Amino acid sequence: MNAHSKIDFPAAVSLRGVVRQFGDNRVIDRLDLDIAPGEFVALLGASGSGKTTLLRSLAGLDPIEGGELLAPRARAAVFQEPRLMPWKRAWKNVTLGLRVANPRERAVQALTEVGLAHRLEAYPATLSGGESQRVALARSLVREPKLLLLDEPFAALDALTRIRMHRLIIDLWQRHTPAVLLVTHDVDEAILLADRIIVLQHGRIADALQVDLARPRDNGQAGFNAIRTRLLALLGVEKDDPESIGRDHNPFLAQGYPLNAIAI
Amino acid sequence: MSNASTITVSRTTPSARRRKWTTPDFVLRLLSPLAILLLWEIASRAGLIPARVIAAPSEISTTLWELIRSGELLRHLLVSLQRAVTGLSIGVAIGVSAALITGLSKRGEIALDSPMQMLRTIPSLALVPLFILWFGIGEFTKVALIVMGTTFPIYLNLFAGIRNIDPKLVEAANTLGLNRRELIWHVILPGALPSFFVGLRYSLGISWLALVFVEQINTTAGIGFLASDARDFMRTDVIVICLLIYSLLGLLIDGLIRTLERLALAWRPSFIRT
Repeated sequence: MNAHSKIDFPAAVSLRGVVRQFGDNRVIDRLDLDIAPGEFVALLGASGSGKTTLLRSLAGLDPIEGGELLAPRARAAVFQEPRLMPWKRAWKNVTLGLRVANPRERAVQALTEVGLAHRLEAYPATLSGGESQRVALARSLVREPKLLLLDEPFAALDALTRIRMHRLIIDLWQRHTPAVLLVTHDVDEAILLADRIIVLQHGRIADALQVDLARPRDNGQAGFNAIRTRLLALLGVEKDDPESIGRDHNPFLAQGYPLNAIAI
Repeated sequence: MSNASTITVSRTTPSARRRKWTTPDFVLRLLSPLAILLLWEIASRAGLIPARVIAAPSEISTTLWELIRSGELLRHLLVSLQRAVTGLSIGVAIGVSAALITGLSKRGEIALDSPMQMLRTIPSLALVPLFILWFGIGEFTKVALIVMGTTFPIYLNLFAGIRNIDPKLVEAANTLGLNRRELIWHVILPGALPSFFVGLRYSLGISWLALVFVEQINTTAGIGFLASDARDFMRTDVIVICLLIYSLLGLLIDGLIRTLERLALAWRPSFIRT
């Protein structure tokens, strides 16, 4: 083990030369990344660019093979599926693994914050997709994380629910001020939510971009489209070429050509 | 858009139609068994069906009443139930313990799974000669055979249930900071409970089957004894009563398990009442 994976860094995230590989396949390749306390960072990238792998390492789910990874111990993750225990009522799911004196009180508080005070006793099977994901959010927030990891948490939701969730997540972030790392496929979502957008390609940062738009944001805002166009170009999608959004089917990418070779 | 207002929605027909049909359907369902009983009775009285083939329904019900009134039926029933419950409890306990050991630890699986799989393939009734040689022909052998039959359905199902827990849930539990004990208690065991119940159902059926068999070898009490004794005296009425008892108890126990499931698995979508 030549990797140093230290935990309990006081403020936020710091990665230096992080390597993660499966056999000969380097998914994260000497990655450097810092996230300031309370900063909202979105991680964009095509499938297989290493976004989720990076998030899993930050969540402590996977080890790293090289470099240094510093992340706060108080961290929580929300995944694409809510991953609630079907046999536990909503509030019990929220307090699972929580070691405090008044778990029920804390659960009520967290579920009220996500607008589910009326579903405390509900079993996950009776919750809608959006509600389940809000329970998962409450379950993360109740742990008062310094780092909140979101792995495409809105991808499986319908468009209307997603808009509501965007508002909710910004609201919760502003109230609790954790550092947030959001992994997403959705360029608009990244621009709507993040302070900074990082584009990942082949396990390295291809570009990073500060989003200085005033909040609350919407996609009709001045400057929104400029950022969008730039990101899409980085991701290998031309503005007048909606077909290539399905990047998994792009023949060039399938052969392992770097994205810049096509788009830039 | 204005067209939309003209669409009328009929919401009464399907349920109303069904309600109208429930009572006649129920009565119709009773009619044919009653008719069969009646034909049977007539045929018996006319001498078309001799009593040594099968007794008349009226005779069966008289004998049943006699058996109930004298307390004989209850005595045999309690003996049988005691055997079944003892065997089943021990079998379930062994099956659950073994499944927990093999399901929750890799080492346990390596050590214990292959012997369990080998034992599983032996039909438990084929062990009768060996058990009689070892334990004699008394109560122990009878219970031991029921134990042999009921252990493996529980073991196999619970083991599979533990191993088939959604790995994503286990991962979520890990990110939530659950330790191993909490993981087992809050995630793995509740997740494996439905499979346990499947195993329990199988085991109950088998315990009943084993009971029928073991009670016909050298016993002086139990429903199986009652049946084999009746065979010796060509009492077809008593044999039919024994069969009825077996099927009624089977139904009763199945109902009991269903109730247990409904209570223990209240979170399952099919059980949730909204």
